[in-house]
Amino acid sequence: MTATTVIGAIQRTAASRTCPYTGLKVDIAAQTLIKANAVAAVIFLAVGGLMGLLVALTRWPAVHLLPAEWFYLVLTGHGANVLLFWIIFFEIAVLYFASAILLNCRLATPKLAWLGFILMVVGAVLTNVAVLQGDSSVMFTSYPPMQAKPNFYLGLILFAVGALVGVAIFFATLVIAKEEGTYQGSIPLVTFGALTAAIIAVFTIASGAIILIPTWLWSLGLISDIDPLMYKVVWWAMGHSSQQINVSAHVAIWYMIGALLLGAKPLSEKVSRGAFFLYILFLQLASAHHLLAEPGLDASWKIVNTSYMMYLAVLGSMIHGLTVPGSIEAAQRRNGYTKGAFEWLRKAPWGNPAFAGMFLSLIFFGFIGGISGVVLGTEQLNLLMHNTIYVPGHFHGTVVAGTTLAFMAGTYLVLPLIFQREIVWPSLARLQPYLFGIGAAGISLFMMGAGTLGVPRRHWDITFSDAELSFAHSAGAFLMMGLNGLFAILAALGGIIFVLVVVGTVLFGQKVERGHKLTFPLHAGGGAAVSHYGSHATVKLPGTIILVTVFFVSFALYYFINWKYLSELWLFR
Amino acid sequence: MAVTPPERRIWWNEPIERVELTWTLIAFLWGLFMFGFMIAWHFIGQQNLNKEAYRIAPSNYEQKVEEFAKKYAVRQEKGVPVVKPPAGTEIYLLGRLWQWWPILELEKGVSYRIHVSSIDWQHGFSLQPVNINIQVHPGYEHVITMTPTEAGEFGIICNEFCGIGHHTMTGKIYVTERKQAEADQRLAEGR
Repeated sequence: MTATTVIGAIQRTAASRTCPYTGLKVDIAAQTLIKANAVAAVIFLAVGGLMGLLVALTRWPAVHLLPAEWFYLVLTGHGANVLLFWIIFFEIAVLYFASAILLNCRLATPKLAWLGFILMVVGAVLTNVAVLQGDSSVMFTSYPPMQAKPNFYLGLILFAVGALVGVAIFFATLVIAKEEGTYQGSIPLVTFGALTAAIIAVFTIASGAIILIPTWLWSLGLISDIDPLMYKVVWWAMGHSSQQINVSAHVAIWYMIGALLLGAKPLSEKVSRGAFFLYILFLQLASAHHLLAEPGLDASWKIVNTSYMMYLAVLGSMIHGLTVPGSIEAAQRRNGYTKGAFEWLRKAPWGNPAFAGMFLSLIFFGFIGGISGVVLGTEQLNLLMHNTIYVPGHFHGTVVAGTTLAFMAGTYLVLPLIFQREIVWPSLARLQPYLFGIGAAGISLFMMGAGTLGVPRRHWDITFSDAELSFAHSAGAFLMMGLNGLFAILAALGGIIFVLVVVGTVLFGQKVERGHKLTFPLHAGGGAAVSHYGSHATVKLPGTIILVTVFFVSFALYYFINWKYLSELWLFR
Repeated sequence: MAVTPPERRIWWNEPIERVELTWTLIAFLWGLFMFGFMIAWHFIGQQNLNKEAYRIAPSNYEQKVEEFAKKYAVRQEKGVPVVKPPAGTEIYLLGRLWQWWPILELEKGVSYRIHVSSIDWQHGFSLQPVNINIQVHPGYEHVITMTPTEAGEFGIICNEFCGIGHHTMTGKIYVTERKQAEADQRLAEGR
């Protein structure tokens, strides 16, 4: 390219190194920023995760750990720290990786990226301080007319502005890479997934600004009234869409781990990219998922929005549900595991925490988070579960067993490749995704079970011992909440091991130098793909076909069981 | 690979494998079916949430509920009036910090127009153990036509967080069988 490009920028040289395992050029500024964001993410995961354990132990009727005031305070902090701070810090790291590193490019304006990072840290700390001071226990959703202290909202606003800076730098880096010709043809699929996440992030953060800025002014006394229904419509355009950033990001990570560990190639670029494109077009409509039990909204509005326009975004996820395991099966068959329907899966690297975490995340996200999400988001079925603990059951299936587990799996690649440290305590690390994954799947399922029996979410005392008019939940509901507590301990154990391994590795891990053989190796081919789908020697994918068939049957059965439950309710119209 | 640019620059002309095409088609049709089923339930189902709602000042709503309770109260229970409205009257239920007020006594198989609103924060109307859950907003009077299909004592709990007393917020609905024969006939007719 010439010195002056279309956008008029002058090419600059930036410090970089070459990765000995993948051959990728690693921009040093991007590398440092990825490290900073990943470390911040893990710190907020540790804080928020601990809060989550306290919540689960309080909701375990036999333990009932915290007093009511502390319970509601800690629950508010849990939501903000893990759902927002842990996940978005990590996503910014993913965006920098998918742009600068995968495109062999320098990161745009690293100084501005640091400013964004500092804004995010300041915002996250400010909100945490407001929550811990005790008069902002309004839950993560902060529905008016309930009011928090101004700093609660201000912290969230600063955090969002910082995140928006990170997203802008991602876009700018894509432009620079194109201008400077650092890659040939189209961007990689993983970068395309990250681009999807970034586009949804812009919509999400804009919605957040539209609702949180007036709410902040209201808490300062400058605005007299916030309509509670209007608030929910706009707030959830942030609240639910931000979960779609997670979906896009963790699907991108699934593809990335498949590629780096097994040499997997997308079955067809067109289909996988098309599925991401469906996300861009339709995922934002999900605000309606939170408005199905509200007064005054028309059924046709609810149906169109809650179904993401005829389930076209669900279609996107179902496509990934085939193409991700399909690409892995195709690669494994090329790797020589061709016996029967499932040798490719049995002999996959289950001892590598990056793979184990990725595949468990795929299964749990689909079977637990995905299916329950569609059922919960069905206009009429929602009334069976609205605001019961089924709702947190569903989103712990998506955000914990799905996104968080995938991000943890990704971290096992970030540590050796970006931090350039050998992972300490490999046997603990091997165990970690199973502990955390099974724990997270357990809490999701048992909360869903308890919700089906009517247990409310965000509730300190389901025995109603202080209530004027008594009410008793069934014994089954109490059993479910107890099991939820047990599995929360399992998940917490997995979470603690994760934090210990990450901190131990970053501080004390052996420096990885050229020629070092990793404990958890990448695919032998380095950067080369082993599977070439679509050629004359196409391999068949019987294992994947069986998997998606089982998925579809479970989906349909569970869907109709819930209609059966609904039909047995009192009549209402 | 997924982490490198597509091998063929013109990747959008690559053929799609049959397994991908079939699955995409199945998923698409399943989506269409689920979309259609929500619409269909408005015609074949008996459980659909009414959108009928009115803007109302919380103090006005409070007044309406008090008048209603005074008119049809039959007894008191723990200081809360138990209200037994005749079939066909408009019923008013109030959510406030921290109770559902008043207690209602309804008859099985009879349809009631139940108005519900809040006078302070948002609350979650959660009828248990039936498990019907509806959001209640201050300033919005929501009208739901409800027909109890079973007799007994039912709890209303709050499942929207409403401050430190949230877990003490309860209410009650009694459903009686008194007009058994008449009720069964109505149920048989689908209403």
